[in-house]
Amino acid sequence: MQGTRKIRVLIAKPGLDSHDRGAKVVARALRDAGMEVIYTGLRQTPEQIVETALQEDVDVIGLSILSGAHKALFPRIMELLKQKGLTDVMVFAGGIIPKEDIPELKKLGIKGIFGPGTPTETIIQFTLENVPERT
Amino acid sequence: MPKTEEIVQGVLTGDRRSIARAITIIENDTAEAQKLIAQIYPHTGKAHIIGLTGPGGSGKSTLIEKIVREYRQRGKTVGVVAVDPTSPFTGGAFLGDRIRMQELSTDQGVFIRSMATRNYLGGIAKATKDAVKVLDAAGKDIVIVETVGAGQSEVEIIKVAQTVVVIHAPGLGDEIQAIKAGLMEIADIFVVNKADRENADKAVMDIQAIMQLNNKEKAWKTPILKTVALTGEGVLQLVEKLEEHKQFLEKEMKREKSLLRAESELVEALKDQAVNAIIEELKKEGKFEEFLQKILKKQIDPASAAEKLLHKKFKRAASDAET
Repeated sequence: MQGTRKIRVLIAKPGLDSHDRGAKVVARALRDAGMEVIYTGLRQTPEQIVETALQEDVDVIGLSILSGAHKALFPRIMELLKQKGLTDVMVFAGGIIPKEDIPELKKLGIKGIFGPGTPTETIIQFTLENVPERT
Repeated sequence: MPKTEEIVQGVLTGDRRSIARAITIIENDTAEAQKLIAQIYPHTGKAHIIGLTGPGGSGKSTLIEKIVREYRQRGKTVGVVAVDPTSPFTGGAFLGDRIRMQELSTDQGVFIRSMATRNYLGGIAKATKDAVKVLDAAGKDIVIVETVGAGQSEVEIIKVAQTVVVIHAPGLGDEIQAIKAGLMEIADIFVVNKADRENADKAVMDIQAIMQLNNKEKAWKTPILKTVALTGEGVLQLVEKLEEHKQFLEKEMKREKSLLRAESELVEALKDQAVNAIIEELKKEGKFEEFLQKILKKQIDPASAAEKLLHKKFKRAASDAET
């Protein structure tokens, strides 16, 4: 039998953002790049996001946040991922995230952070290059 | 990644990570998948498998969310497999059914998995069936399969279910569409969702007219129910009907239906493995490529090529049978 492995990505919106335009653009770009994209919809708790990642067995999580609550929500998400044993999932983030917060977020284990205006090509490339190997 | 045996053990104890991994193995359609299913199979057959299908925008995901809640109130655990199409152009897929079910995702008694139709050798129907088996073996009391009812492959997928619910909504086009998709015949329960809209009663009447013909000689008369998935109206009655159908199956037809299902599963498996084995052998002999080139050059058409190839292959078997 021949395998048909696909990269599975969860695009998630933690917190109380009121729109998801950016998240949908990224979701669509990754889909068009041949990935399977699961989208959560707005206003997700860290618990919901991590549970969804677990059930969907995704390789990658893309977090989109505009509200400024990333410093509260991202550490919780990363902590829960660790608790559930999802340490082989690659996480990137996008939205409104001030430059000075980036080092701290990267220390949490968030691999890439993309601000407004990032070409979708960049995100696709980044995902392809950083998707964890599975044996 | 843990070994197949460990994953199987995990599935049987209901471990969520193992369930997720097992379905991934099935999705990736490797030799490991068959090994996994072989080990899981003896533990299946306990869940009530419900298929839910209908056109896009009829409210399937929203309705499923309400159905799951009702079952949870009754103390049942539930698995959901939501199938969405893979783009034939890019191979990617947007799986958005969870958007309507997010509040269920942290309920430990519920497991939801989105599946893309991909380009399976054995067909998406087989992959879906196997994913359902995983959830069944993991001890889910109810397993719901959701597909967009648009064509033959969806009808195939939904055949995995013991109870098929076909959902329609007023304003999506007339009932002719439902007949075209071949959905009327497979419905055990028909639901007109968005019943608070105008024309809902007309939709019910249209479907009733056709159903009466279909129902004539059947032991189970397909009921037509009205729901408003957003408010949950009619969901209680729907779940009651689902339970009724389950009891009906247990009493009247279980043996016959499970025999039919076993037969079709065996036939499918034979087809899959036979085709794979034949192709592999032909490739080894170089015949496959040879005939591919002939077809490209229009020296032979694909059907005649297949006939020739198979004739050579089975000549001996056929003459053996004759004597």
